[in-house]
Amino acid sequence: MGRLQATFDDEAALLRATAAARRAGIAIDDAFTPYAVHGLEEAMGLRRSRLTWVCFAAGLTGAASAMGFQVWSSTVSWPLNVGGKPFASIPAFIPITFELTVLSAALASAFFFFFRSRLFPGRRAAPPPRVTDDRFVLVVADSEAARRLLEAGGATELEGVG
Amino acid sequence: MADHNAVSPLRQPLISKPRTLAGITDDIFGQMQRRPTGLWWLAFAVAASLLLLGVGTVTYEILTGIGTWGLNRTVGWAFDITNFVFWVGIGHAGTLISAILFLFRQKWRTSINRSAEAMTLFAVMCAGVFPLIHMGRPWDAFFVFPYPNDRGPLWVNFRSPLLWDVFAISTYFTVSAVFWFVGLVPDLATVRDRLSAGLKKRIFSILSLGWTGSARVWARYETLYMLLAGLATPLVLSVHTIVSMDFATSVIPGWHTTIFPPYFVAGAVFSGFAMVLTLMIIARAVMGLDHLITQRHLENMAKIIIVTGGIVGLAYGTEFFIAWFSGSKYERFTFVNRATGPFAWAYWIMVSCNVISPQLLWFKRLRTSTVALFVLSLVINVGMWFERFVIIVTSLHRDFLPSSWGTYAPTKIEVFTLLGSFGLFFTLFLLFVRALPVISIGEVKSVLGYGRAGHAGAAPARPAPDPQAAATVLEVA
Repeated sequence: MGRLQATFDDEAALLRATAAARRAGIAIDDAFTPYAVHGLEEAMGLRRSRLTWVCFAAGLTGAASAMGFQVWSSTVSWPLNVGGKPFASIPAFIPITFELTVLSAALASAFFFFFRSRLFPGRRAAPPPRVTDDRFVLVVADSEAARRLLEAGGATELEGVG
Repeated sequence: MADHNAVSPLRQPLISKPRTLAGITDDIFGQMQRRPTGLWWLAFAVAASLLLLGVGTVTYEILTGIGTWGLNRTVGWAFDITNFVFWVGIGHAGTLISAILFLFRQKWRTSINRSAEAMTLFAVMCAGVFPLIHMGRPWDAFFVFPYPNDRGPLWVNFRSPLLWDVFAISTYFTVSAVFWFVGLVPDLATVRDRLSAGLKKRIFSILSLGWTGSARVWARYETLYMLLAGLATPLVLSVHTIVSMDFATSVIPGWHTTIFPPYFVAGAVFSGFAMVLTLMIIARAVMGLDHLITQRHLENMAKIIIVTGGIVGLAYGTEFFIAWFSGSKYERFTFVNRATGPFAWAYWIMVSCNVISPQLLWFKRLRTSTVALFVLSLVINVGMWFERFVIIVTSLHRDFLPSSWGTYAPTKIEVFTLLGSFGLFFTLFLLFVRALPVISIGEVKSVLGYGRAGHAGAAPARPAPDPQAAATVLEVA
């Protein structure tokens, strides 16, 4: 079955049409907007992103490896007496542990975001016209019912796309 | 959804002129496409000359050695470390605007966050130069990283605040750069789609990573943005905390104090906001984006300056009180010496610039006057530079033993290096405002309806026809 691309002039119309399409049981493929439209993910019925778990795991890994490395290098690899402090002087290792927690969490989150969204240099983008400027586009499974619903919902253009 | 159409009378529009979505793109994209103004060229010429002076001076200093500086055995840290702390502090306001104000849902930040984050990156670059050249042998700078080596391996000293600094500053720079780039990607795509085919379009295609504006990606993007803001917030606090520990963990009277971390963080935000004000007022003047960076933005920043300036003033007072209350005669002497000794002039410059001058901002007339704000922002920048100078030099020049007392005066080389860092900062900033969308296009579009009738649908793509916008659209099509 083909897909239908409906263009809207503002976010309110897009939100209404998306919610209506979902209620009518029309399969929603994707939407394209010039900015993050709040409430659109609920209207489309998207699941919450699992990126937070990546962030948490990476942060934990960063913390464990930073603390582990500092303890290992100062107790096992080359114990060095600095001002009579204990070799495993945990409080002094906290700042670097913290920094590496943040660094690995941030880098891993960003990396997985780009990976999951398949965004990379050289990728050919073919967004519907003007969606990065001022148009809001909803792509749904094409059917007579969908056409009627979106037209009634204020779509300024309807176009079948493959 | 119903209350989307309710308009609170308390909400002033964030964008002072009614604009369409395409109008916002026109404003910012048009700015990038126009030829630079005479004023831009003048500013660029000055900045680039200063940068050149800095490059020459640093080259000479590296070839000759840091004996070219005015340091001596008593005052081993002075201009160089002052500049380092000054520039790191400047950077902090950018992160505060981009991350902390985001978490607090301060929507007015959208017009200024992009340039404030750019300012952060450039300020941290300037800061990074100073410890590097202070090493004397910058080609050995990689020694600060714990890499496997054939000397044991001998590891770096993980208990040293100077090493914490290495990790804090490099993490701060990396995370700020990632945050900035993530914020830029949708706007790079907007610019890409506006450009006609050519080299510039190809460059923006590569940089925008194939962004399409898909709602699925936007939803994930929002999560990432929130995560990065949540990570950057404690990070920015940790960075200046660690910088302050360079001093606080020593035993020098005037440095050895537990108030340093919050005191330094507040000072950093204070000086950073002054620098953001300076830059924004210049940017408004040369770019004609007054309806996006409004008087209200300037006023809000002025209010943050009053708060952080108040914290800084309180910290000055607390330091003095504790110096007396502690009963330590060395501590007492250090503070009396600061206020009345050979560097008293620097101390009183600091107090008048940082404690007295921001009080003028209580007056609404001054807070809403661009000229007054510009002058005050410069005064505060001067004051905050002197604060670091006072803390570093006055504590060192007369410590425990009078026999080891000394004094310090900067050499030409040190002054030129400082000027060079300003050259680097402004050169990068001026190139940034020409090359990239200086205001976050996507975020401004999302607040366009804020405070206007019919919030959600308030930004119709086709309202009363704006002939200029229509012409641009046709041209691009």
